[in-house]
Amino acid sequence: MGPDRLRRLLLLFAPAGVLAQWAPGAAAAPLEVRMVARRFVFEPDTIHARVGQPVLLRITAPEVPMGLNLPDFHVRVDIVPGKEAQLRFTPTQPGSFAFACDVFCGNGHEQMGGTVEVSA
Amino acid sequence: MDRRHFLQLAAYGGAVFSSALPGMRAAHAADDFYFVQLSDMHWGFQGPENPDARGTLPKAIAAVNALPEPPDFVVFTGDLTHTTEDGAERRKRLGEVQQMVRQLRVKDLRFLPGEHDAALDQGKAFSEFFGPTHYTFDHKGVHFIALDNVSDPAARLGDEQLAWLRSDLQAQAPGTPIVALTHRPLFDLYPQWDWATRDGAQAVEILQSRPHVVVFYGHIHQEHHHMTGSIAHHSARSLMFALPAPGSQPKRTPVAWDPAQPYRGLGFREVEAAPGAARYALNELPVAGS
Repeated sequence: MGPDRLRRLLLLFAPAGVLAQWAPGAAAAPLEVRMVARRFVFEPDTIHARVGQPVLLRITAPEVPMGLNLPDFHVRVDIVPGKEAQLRFTPTQPGSFAFACDVFCGNGHEQMGGTVEVSA
Repeated sequence: MDRRHFLQLAAYGGAVFSSALPGMRAAHAADDFYFVQLSDMHWGFQGPENPDARGTLPKAIAAVNALPEPPDFVVFTGDLTHTTEDGAERRKRLGEVQQMVRQLRVKDLRFLPGEHDAALDQGKAFSEFFGPTHYTFDHKGVHFIALDNVSDPAARLGDEQLAWLRSDLQAQAPGTPIVALTHRPLFDLYPQWDWATRDGAQAVEILQSRPHVVVFYGHIHQEHHHMTGSIAHHSARSLMFALPAPGSQPKRTPVAWDPAQPYRGLGFREVEAAPGAARYALNELPVAGS
């Protein structure tokens, strides 16, 4: 089997999310977003991304330790004051995906969250 | 109401049977007993979600005292107080709760911390008032294990506690009914709202090594029932404010107080235990006055 046929087979059977990463010329530039985790809000609290485009969140927490958990993408990160935390993920389908602070940070922790809005 | 009557009532709704032995009929035996679960009192909370914030817990205490037959004990599954960054205020709230629950006629009281009580000082103030944050006790053949998944603000039980759990279970006779008590769910109920325990899956795996395990917890301010393998997990209502069903709205903001139905969604639970059958009947009760 030649490499072209192998690629066609891969394209035929791969899920849509994988397609975005394997298709020739589809290597999208990462979307870099700087985010600040303050008590009790993420700034920004809405991230706009596209299917197949890698996302890099660069997060700082100037006050107290925080966490960012994005369960639908199976990723999370601890954010410690004084050190930038990074979180990488690549959306594979459109939709709205909630994230939350998962390190209890005080009276308001429950409201500390946001969404990743993924368009096709 | 005697225990047999309770089990009969439970069969007609308002109650859930939880059994580690599917298909077995609940037997009424001499070692049957019942306990009460109170949860998420959030003493110190102020907000429109509960205009009777200082009156709801006393009403619940009065309701427990008015039960026709006193429970063998009462367990408090965390968030006794609403969080504060002021350590003196935290101790004041914990002390007030301690004073109020002394009004209960039942004197066998078991306390667990919630993250509002313990996460900001790793359980220090809670322990000063209520003792260890994780421990075991035995009652009429049932082995109870209180787990602490809140003193770590990252909601981890931690390797040390998991090892302690494994060791404790290994020391129990085969077939011993196990009741685990926690504040947070041990399974990923809805991590988008932080309704999970970071290493809860490890605890569930350890508990799964035993045949008769049930978990009672709080945190989510509503009744919820879930199975992981053969383990049933039951959350209790709050005594301060209700929260929406998981994922039912964008934010986990409390359910608004309804003047037409005051205390709606609040309440506590009776658990009738039949250790011989490893079976439990749950009966949800409202706050008095609702």
